[in-house]
Amino acid sequence: MAKVLVVTSGKGGVGKTTSTAALGAALAATGKNVVLVDFDVGLRNLDLVMGAERRVVYDLINVVQGDAKLAQALIRDKRVPTLSLLPASQTRDKDALTDEGVARVIAELKEKFDWVICDSPAGIERGATLAMRYADVAIVVTNPEVSSVRDSDRIIGLLDSKTERAEKGERVEKHLLITRFDAARAGRGEMLNVEDVLEILSIPLLGIIPESFEVLRASNLGSPVTLNNPVSAPARAYFDAAKRLNGETLDMTIPSDKKGLLGMLFGRRAA
Amino acid sequence: MTEIASPRHSIRFHGRSYHAMVLAPEPPVASWLAGLDTWLERSPGFFFGRPVVLDVAVLQPGKQDLAELLQKLAERNIKVMGIEGAEPSWLDFAMPPLLLSGRQTSVIAGDIPPAAAEVPAAAPFSDSAPDAGAPLSNAPSPPGDASSTPPMDAPPQQPNSLLLDSPVRSGQCIVHPEGDVIVVGSVASGAEVIAGGSIHIYGTLRGRAIAGSRDARARIFCRKLEAELLSIDGLYMVADDMPAHLRGQPIQVWLEGDSMMMTQD
Repeated sequence: MAKVLVVTSGKGGVGKTTSTAALGAALAATGKNVVLVDFDVGLRNLDLVMGAERRVVYDLINVVQGDAKLAQALIRDKRVPTLSLLPASQTRDKDALTDEGVARVIAELKEKFDWVICDSPAGIERGATLAMRYADVAIVVTNPEVSSVRDSDRIIGLLDSKTERAEKGERVEKHLLITRFDAARAGRGEMLNVEDVLEILSIPLLGIIPESFEVLRASNLGSPVTLNNPVSAPARAYFDAAKRLNGETLDMTIPSDKKGLLGMLFGRRAA
Repeated sequence: MTEIASPRHSIRFHGRSYHAMVLAPEPPVASWLAGLDTWLERSPGFFFGRPVVLDVAVLQPGKQDLAELLQKLAERNIKVMGIEGAEPSWLDFAMPPLLLSGRQTSVIAGDIPPAAAEVPAAAPFSDSAPDAGAPLSNAPSPPGDASSTPPMDAPPQQPNSLLLDSPVRSGQCIVHPEGDVIVVGSVASGAEVIAGGSIHIYGTLRGRAIAGSRDARARIFCRKLEAELLSIDGLYMVADDMPAHLRGQPIQVWLEGDSMMMTQD
């Protein structure tokens, strides 16, 4: 049974697109058929993070409006054959999305794939509400700081009221993904710690992604961090999160890039 | 042997409420009836087709007099559909049934001499929009008439609290003007709970709690105070005004005159 998953947050810049790419690649690596749908019409980024920007011909808007067939717009990933991308349009705006059009595209995608992962734009306007509209599962991406947490809380409220499932009286399964977590800074009280965030949002925790330069490096290379460096700390955290999405029970750990004694002594090279 | 149950249609019963006009005669009955006649002369068709309930709580007529009164009303073409405030022993099978637990709505009062009659009545309006003059456009009601009617016994209150067993999220606004609000969970920063009565939060209150929009006796309770704003009956207090030592504590807030009191529970 295909599942529609929305990656959302309310606030911008917390790591929705990065997490969509990393989780999508991690799920696809287990052999599942996965499609990533970019709902950020007008400000598309998922194609860049996936390294597919030079292969975009048709986009979500073309399919929603019936100008192109779904198969024409889907871009298959070159590294993982079970991973596909449906890019957003950069030239249009979010008003070009229609409720009926999105419903039709999602229904069509559900026939072909095991996971339909929708990358929501920031905000709570049309793009974001349509991205979550048909979701079965939601991942709420949050940074451990107060404004991100409050925006996430707002989004959880919308997931409980504006989605199709909520209107039918069912519940959207919600998971919390804490990104850019720095254990040392949280320990010093410069960041909210995990317990605070969980206490405020009170939804189950899917994973904690540590702050790492690996994430930025992978984005700039156009590759999800789970493909670019699968043994890095954030990649391992994303793999664990993907396993939990598939129903596995794992202990919650915060992976870190362990440094040996020499590595700590010689942390930076001078030249 | 198997027994075949004949297919039976189930009978359904529904509860439904209607608005009725209440006639409450006052002793002496003769002068009350005289006043009614004066009224009927001016608006002959007033009671035609209207459901009328006879309230005899004030009159206390006894069985014989009640039968006579019903007879006299029937002579005036007033059909009584129910009787309120009577002892069951006064009623016989031919009389209209005894009605209980009526609720007062807006008051229709005409310019009958107050000594003669009083027609507190239920008109089809909610009490938030009393507009008693409308059906009586030919009989202007004197100002202050509504207040001159003696207060009825308070109608039995239905339990009217709102219980929420999920957290109130940022941006959500819970409005319950009729009673208490109970939240089993937290109220997020940027969320708002507005209640006619008291507010009980079994969790952390981080948002706004606005209690007692109709009741200065209302209180606010929460397990942990992190609120942005607290208000009771229009008096409010923002986070900066709250005593610092009560932050993060379980608290209770109430009004004493024009000051807001707050204590650790």
